[in-house]
Amino acid sequence: MSASQYLFVGMALIMALLVILVSGRLIVGPTTADRLIALDVINTLVSGIMLLLGAVYDSVVMVDVAIVYMALSFVSTLYFARHLEGGF
Amino acid sequence: MFVFVVSFVTYLLLSWSGDMSIQEVTIAFFLAIAVSFMVSRSSRSGFWSMKGLSPRRLWNFLHYIFGPFAVGLFQANIDVAKRVITGEINPGIVKFNPRLKTDIGRMMLANSITLTPGTLTVDIDDEGVFYVHAINLETPNPAEEQICGSFGKWVRRIAE
Amino acid sequence: MLLAFFVGLLLLVSVVFNCLGAVSLYRFPDVYTRLHGATKCTTFGTLFIAFALLLYSIIRFMAVEGESRFLVLFIHVLIAAVVLLISNPAGAHALARAAHRSGILPEPAIVDSLEDMEKEMTRQRGGVAL
Repeated sequence: MSASQYLFVGMALIMALLVILVSGRLIVGPTTADRLIALDVINTLVSGIMLLLGAVYDSVVMVDVAIVYMALSFVSTLYFARHLEGGF
Repeated sequence: MFVFVVSFVTYLLLSWSGDMSIQEVTIAFFLAIAVSFMVSRSSRSGFWSMKGLSPRRLWNFLHYIFGPFAVGLFQANIDVAKRVITGEINPGIVKFNPRLKTDIGRMMLANSITLTPGTLTVDIDDEGVFYVHAINLETPNPAEEQICGSFGKWVRRIAE
Repeated sequence: MLLAFFVGLLLLVSVVFNCLGAVSLYRFPDVYTRLHGATKCTTFGTLFIAFALLLYSIIRFMAVEGESRFLVLFIHVLIAAVVLLISNPAGAHALARAAHRSGILPEPAIVDSLEDMEKEMTRQRGGVAL
């Protein structure tokens, strides 16, 4: 592994810590909208972790998975927002 | 036609790994045809409309993304970072009418507003009136320039 | 080594903004201001991770001639960045709209035009809420 790949591993660890920090708001959140915001932030952070680990393990497939994860998390955000509105 | 070209190129970019075979190009062609027909049923312009592909429009779009939009993105993040640290906020929801007619123009302006200094689009009604949540409001009735700077002018030039 | 230095610089920017985005969820008082901090800061931070990966892959591709997997990584990370830049603000907009329609009002607010508009609509329908 080269030096920048060690940096990527460290960055992925910091992002994982941030996911734990944000999930506090996911549990506490006074309203449902607060919980949804925390979920949105967690989705963004997890897709960032996937991009980093794709470079660490030299596998482009992981980056593809990250793209699909972003698209699906966007759709799930829209679905939850629609539910919050009372659409169905 | 715009949707066709975008989906064709994206499929080829995602499936390319070192070399290109004729099978891949054929699959990309038929998938792009399928996608663009599905989209053209819900869009106003037809399949053969070349409106989205004119070079001047693409040039304007790239100029907008790498010029004013990138600058606004940097300013927005430094501004929000300052507010997270100091905690001084002065929020409110205001409305303004940028007089945009096309859906793609409204989408572009709403996304730009969300990612740039201190503002977040909350709702757009049928006449195209934007309801914007601003994090730091000086007056209850700000002008368009105070909310989105020169973005309204740029989007009108690109998408109308 | 020089490559690692520049990649580390970009990652430092991204870790600062991601941390601020996470802290803003605890620091701001209501849903809308939290959405401000969360959306802008995490989008910007993850975009800088993508920049670091783009720099890394293009330099590795130039250093090792004929190894196309770094170019493939470059293209895929570029597409991921575009997807992120389109989908994240649209999701935030959907959340803000849903929050306002489900009746959560911006707590400290000096003006709320949207609520005035909704009240006006309700009055025109003869007092029936949406």
